[in-house]
Amino acid sequence: MHDLVAITALGGAAPRVDTVGPVTFTEVPDVALTSVAARLGQEAKAREALANVIGAPAPDIQRIAGGEKTAFWSGPDQWMVEAPYNGHHDLADQVKAAVGNTASVTEQTDAWVRFDLRGDGIPSVLELLSQLDLRCLSSGTAARCSIHHVGCYLLCRDANHYSIYGPRSSAGSLHHAVLTSMRSVY
Amino acid sequence: MIINHPLLGPRDASEFTYLGDASLIDRPDGMAENAADAFYDYAYLRDNPAGEHRELWYHEAGDRSWLVVTRNTLTHEISKVELARDVARARGRTK
Repeated sequence: MHDLVAITALGGAAPRVDTVGPVTFTEVPDVALTSVAARLGQEAKAREALANVIGAPAPDIQRIAGGEKTAFWSGPDQWMVEAPYNGHHDLADQVKAAVGNTASVTEQTDAWVRFDLRGDGIPSVLELLSQLDLRCLSSGTAARCSIHHVGCYLLCRDANHYSIYGPRSSAGSLHHAVLTSMRSVY
Repeated sequence: MIINHPLLGPRDASEFTYLGDASLIDRPDGMAENAADAFYDYAYLRDNPAGEHRELWYHEAGDRSWLVVTRNTLTHEISKVELARDVARARGRTK
């Protein structure tokens, strides 16, 4: 076996954590991610199968739902499923086994980087970065948007906890953009 | 310019990219007798109305859906926004 050292999307041995004012910005590497796209004519069955996977009804437009495995809406009849990497390193296989031929499932884990923002006043940071109407974004909302010209998913888990999924290859640019915004606000 | 996305609500036009005339949905049958003529029309001939125009827009920085936007080319007023797949299905397309 090769003796390889795992590094995070930003290249560190440990996840990067930055705190500016009331907001803490964290790199979150231990997430498994997979996309689910319902096949033509199978939308209702796919929705049902996805509900069994996440233990909650499949999320509606721009919503997040689930427990340990969480799904968020990414487009019409399309979702992303996320889960802790430990125990779900084969998340795509697990989801595929559950949805069968009703949906197409694609492994996404290493395509994305996740950053979490925690604390008070996160919308003030994000409104410099995104065109979304952040003051109207309620808990449990997932919306796709451009941040610093990078296509991202923005998840409002609750008022003091947001997640950003961006392309892993743009992790550095995204980190720079968010940190710059945090420093300019606080 | 704001496009009122049928699923997501009002979104800025900069999130979208423009393709062109919504008649592009009506792709001719490539196996038909008159396929060459039909494709000539399809690929090269467009109406250029001063007024209401139905056109395809792609929500690239959003949910990646294709939309049919009815826009007045004189005033930029947008009077209707539909999901392109609904329009295509209403015209008898199966995919």
